[in-house]
Amino acid sequence: MVGWAIAVHGGAGVDPNLPTDRQEQAKQLLTRCLNLGISALRSSASAIDVVRELETDPIFNSGRGSALTENGTVEMEASIMDGCGRRCGAVSGLTTVKNPVSLARLVMDKSPHSYLAFSGAEDFAKQMGVEREENDYFITEDNLGMLKQAKEANSIVFDYRIPTTGYESCGVGVESPIRMNGLPISVYAPETVGCVVVDSQGRCAAATSTGGLMNKRSGRIGDSPLIGAGTYACDVCGVSCTGEGEAIIRGTLAREVAAVMEYKGLGLQEAVDFVVKERLDEGKAGLIAVSKTGEVGYGFNCVGMFRGCATEDGFMEVGIWE
Amino acid sequence: MGWAIALHGGAGDIPVNIPAERREPREAALRRILQIGVSALTAKCSPLDVVELVVRELENCPHFNAGKGSVLTMNGTVEMEACIMDGNSKKCGAVSGVTTVVNPISLARQIMEKTPHIYLAFDGAEAFAREQGLETVDKSHFITPENIERLKQAKEANRVQQDYTQPIKPEDPNELDGDSKLGTVGCVAVDGLGNLAAATSTGGLVNKMAGRIGDTPIIGAGTYANKFCAVSATGRGEAIIRETVAREVAAVMEYKGLGLKEAAAYIVDEVTPKGTTGLVAVSPTGEVAMPFNTTGMFRACATEDGFMEVAIWKDK
Repeated sequence: MVGWAIAVHGGAGVDPNLPTDRQEQAKQLLTRCLNLGISALRSSASAIDVVRELETDPIFNSGRGSALTENGTVEMEASIMDGCGRRCGAVSGLTTVKNPVSLARLVMDKSPHSYLAFSGAEDFAKQMGVEREENDYFITEDNLGMLKQAKEANSIVFDYRIPTTGYESCGVGVESPIRMNGLPISVYAPETVGCVVVDSQGRCAAATSTGGLMNKRSGRIGDSPLIGAGTYACDVCGVSCTGEGEAIIRGTLAREVAAVMEYKGLGLQEAVDFVVKERLDEGKAGLIAVSKTGEVGYGFNCVGMFRGCATEDGFMEVGIWE
Repeated sequence: MGWAIALHGGAGDIPVNIPAERREPREAALRRILQIGVSALTAKCSPLDVVELVVRELENCPHFNAGKGSVLTMNGTVEMEACIMDGNSKKCGAVSGVTTVVNPISLARQIMEKTPHIYLAFDGAEAFAREQGLETVDKSHFITPENIERLKQAKEANRVQQDYTQPIKPEDPNELDGDSKLGTVGCVAVDGLGNLAAATSTGGLVNKMAGRIGDTPIIGAGTYANKFCAVSATGRGEAIIRETVAREVAAVMEYKGLGLKEAAAYIVDEVTPKGTTGLVAVSPTGEVAMPFNTTGMFRACATEDGFMEVAIWKDK
């Protein structure tokens, strides 16, 4: 028997000028998600079932508020992995499915495959009778505003004739050299969510869900649904990543944490630190992780990551910055 | 040191008594395409160009499960995927759900080089292909009579629904076809300077659900290249994803100090379940490994010192 542990994240790459009330709001949401997971763990749910519990939380597992494609639509993706047996399920290109992680779990449990996408995934969703909504249900005013800013920022960022002093007057907010995914941090909105859980039997599980990248090309798949990149769980640990998807994919980040633990004998936090430092090249990202011995850890090399973690011995922490 | 190249046309339960008319065209194609790759390497083309070129040839050959000759989804359609990765920069490109693009591997390369993304799929991928002016054809171009037959047999046997851990039943008359579980084509190459590249392309799994994505386009699963090796895997996609096969070969080389052949053999023999996986891999010093735990794997390789091999089953 080990102590259970849980961590959740709400995305990496946070505007240092984020208003305090928005920061507080985010911390409350993270706390609520943590508490949901903690109750499930206290009633001896298995790791994978705890993840399922989090799925019921509309904040954690809802596509509503997802990043928008360049066409102003939502294409959601998610993956889930059960460290016990390393079964996995993933989905991409969802446009009507309310709870992407739930559909990923159904791919894992109820289909002969590991990964379904776009209209095939939507057909499967219909067959499974999951809750669905019209695509505009997922689109928020906030995000339409962010999309507009992202489009403006992209055209400014890539037009080298415009001097940086023109930046403020173009309404993109406070001048900031910090960028995530090619966008100024003031315009970037992290919205990927993830969780990792280890139960008292030492079984790990992980899940990640996202709308992807603001202003992404339709059809773009990021790291969140890719096993080994955004999500991974095995006997040794469970990992969920967030940040610049392409860098996470190149670094096979989630699998890397497990690999250095298995092959180099690193402890959890050591492994997390190593991977964030050495495997991201110029990419910016963060991750949360738990180990089979009940440890919890996280790391990020960008400005802030919304996260929360708790362990059975009463430790609980919710944070944004270093 | 010296260049090396290895390519595969799919691992699976290829029975030793496969009829000559099924075996010979594939062997001949492997030989011919290997030579194309060798010529390109000796002409000092970059490994990235070489793997793309070789995989294009394999895609165009109707005898392999990629491009023309791709297996069919449960709806009788073709949904292709491909992936390419450069070992030095770790830049990569991947594509899924391709239905009209003649060479999915070239689309994957365009994504890698012309977008800030790695992976595009379905309608978005098709739209990008058109923007880039890649060759597209009617969907029917990719469908072969062999594959229509294969789908029919698979539906009758309901094969894709089987748990891959079930043993192969040799007395099953449907298995006489032998190459029904064929998956994927791929190529890995290294030049004389140790630059590595990998590329993989596939039609996926016979009778797959529409929208099913396999291991091929998942970086670290079916395709991977870094400074330690370049790997292209083939077999049962769900197993290759779970074991992050391609990345694993590189990881045990890096973290456990295993040589290429040892690392590749370890992954195929000890890590992946029997009957699910084969791979080709090359190292920066020009070594080649082509292990598989299935009955056979269509494969070919050549190294600068003159070694050349085209084979299907295990060496005796």
